[in-house]
Amino acid sequence: MKALLMMGCPELPVQTAAALYIANKLGREGFEVISAGNKAAISLLINSDPEKHYIKKVMDLDRCIGALAEKAMDFDLCFVFIHSDSGISYLATIKSISKAKTIAVIFGKEIEPLIEASTDSVIIAAKAVHNPTPLRAKIDGVKSWAALTR
Amino acid sequence: MNYEILLPNSSFKECAEYIKKNFKEIYYVPAGYKIFDNYLVGIPPIPIAVDNDDIIMPYVKPCHGCFVLRVPGKEEIGGLRGGKL
Repeated sequence: MKALLMMGCPELPVQTAAALYIANKLGREGFEVISAGNKAAISLLINSDPEKHYIKKVMDLDRCIGALAEKAMDFDLCFVFIHSDSGISYLATIKSISKAKTIAVIFGKEIEPLIEASTDSVIIAAKAVHNPTPLRAKIDGVKSWAALTR
Repeated sequence: MNYEILLPNSSFKECAEYIKKNFKEIYYVPAGYKIFDNYLVGIPPIPIAVDNDDIIMPYVKPCHGCFVLRVPGKEEIGGLRGGKL
């Protein structure tokens, strides 16, 4: 099983924490996890996990979109991190070019419009900017990610 | 890629509406459409306009929202008009 963590702009601190937390959960379930993001988002992840316990593979965001569009790779699950309109655009793109089941990980201060725009995806959402605990609680509400692939 | 920003830091929907409202020759492409060696990000169908020898298109950046760009695009216009979608 393969999972993609597609990260947006890392301006909200909870994104990196949530990505590491989800990567750990997925790893424990046997997923191969690839993390995609811009240079800053990837750098935050790599520097937060220097021994590569959770983040095994990383990829530039644009290259990831290109590889999916060209059908050079695909995933069973794709987690799209969303705290702005750009995230919604990336979610819509993934739904269009990938067969993966999509999980919208929504956070920030104003999450309601983002939830409304994330139709047809599993939604993990919490008002969270600096403190990842509310988002972690939502993530913990899913007992098995592998079950979503069946 | 040489470009001029026609509409900065907006939502994708605002950019799509701007293109549809301000240009006549519009083509709709799927998300992931390859143009100028970029793969378009957005909510499909994504409007792209042709204006003389220029392409008018939305361009999403993770940290800065969506922009409408005007890009000289003779080599891409043929693909759009020819239905290379």
